[in-house]
Amino acid sequence: MGDALRAALEDDDRVILLGEDLVDPYGGAFKVTRGLSTDFPDRVRSTPISEGAIAGISAGLALAGYRPIAEIMFGDFLTLCFDQIVNHIAKYEAMYDGQATCPVIIRTPSGGGRGYGPTHSQSLEKHFLGVPHLRVVASSLVHDPSAVLRALLNQESPVLHIEHKLLYPLHLTLPAGGRIEGDIASEHVSADGLPTVCVRPVAREDCAFTVLAYGYQAELARRVLSRLAMEEEIFGELVVPSQISPLDWEPIDASVAATRRLLVIEEGVEGWTWGSEVAARVSSRFFGELLCPVATAASDATVIPSSKTLEAEMLMTEERIEQAIRRIAS
Amino acid sequence: MHVTSPARAGQDPRLVGSLQESRGARLYRRMRFIRRFEESLLELFDRGLLNGTTHACIGQEADAVAIIEHLREDDHVFSNHRCHGHFLAHTGDALGLMAEIMGKPEGVCGGIGGSQHLCAPGFKSNGIQGGIVPAAAGIALAKHLDGSGGALSVVFIGDGTLGEGAVYETLNLASLWKLPLVVVLEDNQWSQSTPSSANLAGDMSQRFSAFGLPVFEIDSTDVERIDAVAEEALDYARTNEGPVAIVIHTYRLCHHSKNDDNRPAEEVAARWELDPIELQGRRLDAATRAAIDAEIESALSEVVDRALAL
Repeated sequence: MGDALRAALEDDDRVILLGEDLVDPYGGAFKVTRGLSTDFPDRVRSTPISEGAIAGISAGLALAGYRPIAEIMFGDFLTLCFDQIVNHIAKYEAMYDGQATCPVIIRTPSGGGRGYGPTHSQSLEKHFLGVPHLRVVASSLVHDPSAVLRALLNQESPVLHIEHKLLYPLHLTLPAGGRIEGDIASEHVSADGLPTVCVRPVAREDCAFTVLAYGYQAELARRVLSRLAMEEEIFGELVVPSQISPLDWEPIDASVAATRRLLVIEEGVEGWTWGSEVAARVSSRFFGELLCPVATAASDATVIPSSKTLEAEMLMTEERIEQAIRRIAS
Repeated sequence: MHVTSPARAGQDPRLVGSLQESRGARLYRRMRFIRRFEESLLELFDRGLLNGTTHACIGQEADAVAIIEHLREDDHVFSNHRCHGHFLAHTGDALGLMAEIMGKPEGVCGGIGGSQHLCAPGFKSNGIQGGIVPAAAGIALAKHLDGSGGALSVVFIGDGTLGEGAVYETLNLASLWKLPLVVVLEDNQWSQSTPSSANLAGDMSQRFSAFGLPVFEIDSTDVERIDAVAEEALDYARTNEGPVAIVIHTYRLCHHSKNDDNRPAEEVAARWELDPIELQGRRLDAATRAAIDAEIESALSEVVDRALAL
C-alpha cells in the first residue's frame, strides 16, 4: 500500500496525503506512509486528532481539483467523519447536478484479531454500504493495491478504502498466468477498472458452491477452501471483489449460475449486513434455481473484547468459515 | 489589493447595479434586490407555488453585500442554509436561483439542490451546520498549494453553528497551517427558536482569538460600516498569512424558515428600526431610491414570470 501511495504521489502532483501521525519518522500508526513525508514534505501532512476536519478539508481539496487521500488511523474512528462522508463528500456531485466533483479517498485500517478491544478492532464498513454515490473498496491479497488505487484516482467518485490491519504484514498473492499458487484464478475487471478475482481449485463447473468474501476474510476463506480441496475434495469457488459497494454483479452471477449455492462471509457483526443485501439480491435473481438458501456468516453482534480468547470466540475465524462451508456444501 | 466586483457574469444591472452609479446607491440596490427576491419567495410559498422550506436572510442583507463587494474572481465562497443573500450578492443570478427553488431543471442545480444546496463558479452552499467550515478550509489549502497569491476561501456561518465541533477542529487546523480562510460569523442572535444567550457560553469572538485568528468585529446593520470592516479584514487576510474572523452582530427580521417565529414582538419591532435597507435608503435622494426600487420590481417580476413559465 505504501508503494501504491508513493506511485500516486509521483504520478500526480494533485495527490495530497492527510492524516494523524503520517509523517516520518513515525510514518503512520501502521507505517503505511513511512518515507513519504520525507520525499513529499508539502503533500504528506500530519493533522491534529480531528477526523471530521481531516475528511472535511479533504472534501474542500477535492472540490478545488486536488486528489486528497486521507488516512483515518483506525476504522473505528470513521464514526467521527460520518457527517462529512454522508452529508458532504458523497452528496456534492449529485446535489450540485454534476457541477462539482469530490473525489476524496479515505483509507482506514480496520478489523480485529490484534486484541485492541471494543473501539480499535471493528469493521464498521457496513454502515457505509449503500450510501448513494460512495464507493466502498476493500484491500485483499489477490488485488494489486497500485492498480486499484490507480483506478480509483482515474475516476471522480469518493471512496472509502478499507484495509484490514492483519493484511499489512502478509504477502500479496496476485493472479498470474491464470493461477494463484495451485489454484485456477480469473480476474474480471469492471468498467471502472476495479477487479473481482475468482479462485477455484478445479473448473467452475466442478465447484459445488461459491464463497463471496473480501479483505482478510477472503484470505481466511482461501486457506479453508484450499485445505478442504486438498484433504477432502470439497471444491468451492472463492469470489473476491475489490469494490464491495456498489457491487459488480457480473462475476458473482457467473459463479452462482454455475454452482447454485452461495455463502457470503464478512468480519463485521451480523445483522443488516453486506451479506444480507447480497442474499436478498441473489435470492431474487436466482429464485427457483438455487439448491439451498443463500448463507451468510459474520461476527457475533456484540462488542469486540480486548481479551484475545474472548475476541476469538466472537469474531469470524477459519473454524467458523469451515463450519459455514460444510453446512452449505452438504 | 481591493477589487470591486459588483457584477460577475452577465446579470441584470437593474438588480446588481453597475460601477457607474455611486457606491452608496449600488449597495442599496444590491440589498434591496436580495430583500425583494426573498419577499417574492415568501409570497410564492403563500400562493402554494413553492414547496419544501426556505431560510430568508431578511435583515441580514448588509452582511452578504458588504463582504462580497470585496471579493475577487479567484476567491471562493461557502455558504450555509441561509444562503440566498450570499448567492445573489455573489452571482446576481436571480433567474437561476428562482428556477432552482421552484424545482425546475433550469435552476442552478437542476432543481436538485433547492434553497440550501447551491453551486456556481466560486460558490457553494450546504444545509448541514458546521461541516462546510472544514470544506472551506480545504479550498483554502488548495489556494495555498496553488500559490494563488491573496486568493481567499470565505465561509459564512451563523451564531447557532458555533455549537458544532467541526468549527473548532477547523479553526485549529486552519490557524496551524496558516490557511487563507475567512470565517464570517453572522450573529443574528437567534438559532431557530433559541436565543444565543441560552446556547452560547463565554465570548463569541474569543472562540476565534483562542485559536490565534485576528477578529474583526462589528455590531451594526449599516452596510457602509460593514463595508469598511470587510475591506479592512479582507485586505488584512490577503496580505497576511493565516485565517481571520469577521464577526457581525446583526438580526434576523423574519422567521427562521417559514411561520416559525416565537420571538418577542417588541424585540423584533425594535430591530425593524435598524433595517439595513431603510438605513441605506435614507442616504439616497428620494428620486434615486424610487428609481432603483422600480427597476428592481420590474426586473424581479420578469424573473418570477420567466421562472414560472419554465
